[in-house]
Amino acid sequence: MVIVSLLPALALIGFFYLAPMIISIIYSFTNKTLVGSKSQEFDFVGISNYIFMFKDSRFIVSFINTLVFLIFSAVLGQQILGFIIAFLMQNKSKGLRKFVGTSVLLGWITPEVVVAFIFFAFFSVKGSLNDAIGLFGIGPIAWLFDFAMIAVIVANIWRGSAFSMLMYQAALSNVPDEAKESAMIDGANKFQVIFRIILPIIKGTIVTNTILVTIPTLGLFGVIFALTGGGPGNDTTTMPIYMYKQAFISYQIGYGTAMAIILLLLSILLSIFYIKSFRYEM
Amino acid sequence: MIRYLKKHVSTIVLIFIASLFIWPMLWVVSASFDAQATLTVRLPKDFTLDSYKAVLSNPSNYRSFLNSFIISFTQSTLVVILSMFAAYPLSRSTIKGKYRIMLSLLFITGLPITAIMVPVYMMFFNLKIINSLISTSLFLTAAVLPYSIWIMKNFMDDVPVSLEEAAWVDGANFFQTLKRIIVPVILPGMCVVFIMAFSGSWGNFFVPFILLSSVEKAPAAVAIYQFFGMWGRVAYGQLAAFSLLYTMPIVVLYFVAQRFMLSGFMFSGSLK
Repeated sequence: MVIVSLLPALALIGFFYLAPMIISIIYSFTNKTLVGSKSQEFDFVGISNYIFMFKDSRFIVSFINTLVFLIFSAVLGQQILGFIIAFLMQNKSKGLRKFVGTSVLLGWITPEVVVAFIFFAFFSVKGSLNDAIGLFGIGPIAWLFDFAMIAVIVANIWRGSAFSMLMYQAALSNVPDEAKESAMIDGANKFQVIFRIILPIIKGTIVTNTILVTIPTLGLFGVIFALTGGGPGNDTTTMPIYMYKQAFISYQIGYGTAMAIILLLLSILLSIFYIKSFRYEM
Repeated sequence: MIRYLKKHVSTIVLIFIASLFIWPMLWVVSASFDAQATLTVRLPKDFTLDSYKAVLSNPSNYRSFLNSFIISFTQSTLVVILSMFAAYPLSRSTIKGKYRIMLSLLFITGLPITAIMVPVYMMFFNLKIINSLISTSLFLTAAVLPYSIWIMKNFMDDVPVSLEEAAWVDGANFFQTLKRIIVPVILPGMCVVFIMAFSGSWGNFFVPFILLSSVEKAPAAVAIYQFFGMWGRVAYGQLAAFSLLYTMPIVVLYFVAQRFMLSGFMFSGSLK
């Protein structure tokens, strides 16, 4: 009977989360639009939305952009930077740890749109970055036009590294000092200690963290949308941005949801890996 | 000696990294006090509070903050209550399928909200609950419940069962037990869940951007984006002031509750 207290939460999740997923599977097989005659009397068109997707060069571009963005900003960028910070912070004074930790965490708690404005200013032609490289006689460079993908990747690294930092701090505190010391005595240098001793010990955290940083980056919308709007052209149009444009700008609900399903399948795949790694650790 | 030097090098590298994180952020602060705000970080030429006055004297900006507060407060309060109710049986009872429920919840946390916004919009539209602060709050509640239930359960697992058994013997009912035994012990956990939910929805842009179409309902996240679209490329000072005012509540909340937050994070980290 105590189990009844589970029901309100499960009902809410079912209604607002699972039901839309099921609806989206159905819509993805239709030619439904947001407005006009096809918004009410839509037809089932089989898998033609999916077939069209793979012929749609702009979708292919958005898919590749998503992969590039994921790999460089989350899988490599956030994780490597987060690890470096966590690693260097070991055995440092409390004051320094607090200063560095807070600076990194501020990026994490800053709201999405504000992150976009901050980097809009930072990367603009008359922005801080060009000021800095100007001191060396370089530039000015139109970052948001010529290197827009790099700009959104940097913004996401700035925003997300704190999570990896915290994860690796927790993992590194569990690495026994004896393991590191005995390797040092055997003549291993710092990099050998990292690659041969530390990384193998924390590989469980690396697997989990890779998935945990990938998921929010896969669904990231606000930062890219407010910073570049997916442009210039389609240079920074990731799948969520393209999905939004198709569904709400071009009113192609059927096609938009088909794209959402692909996004969902990708995250389901990641989620399964996540649960597998979780089970493995239990 | 070498050790000493190495220690120094890593300190310098750390300070360098930290300054790279702080550097872009400084623009919001410097530009918001600069009467001739530009896009670069610099000490304000003419120190002024006019940007703040301009932002705060606009009633629609006020309303956007109020909307944000209504959404985030409703959502995080509901999240705390519902996740506590849900976590209790998951922590205490030995029902079959408990493990499966926990794994399913974990699975759902891995699905980005972005992927379901198009069908959620259609569903809200068809049910005529679109453009409502309440339904938006309810959706945001559902979105963070799975994760919150996990955290809440981890906190609850630490409460000794013997305390409750005494209460049961004394004839306390379910609600009394929760209120008198569980709540006082897991208060830090409830704070963690509340703060994470609050800052998550306060900073969320996509959900209100899709679900709240009218200007009167727009929370700060959307209002500030629209401001950026209209004036942001001219009135840098006001954009920065608006951004800072919008970011402040989360920063304050975060520092006030940093102790709880970190302990909560370690919890979820160690039980991943």
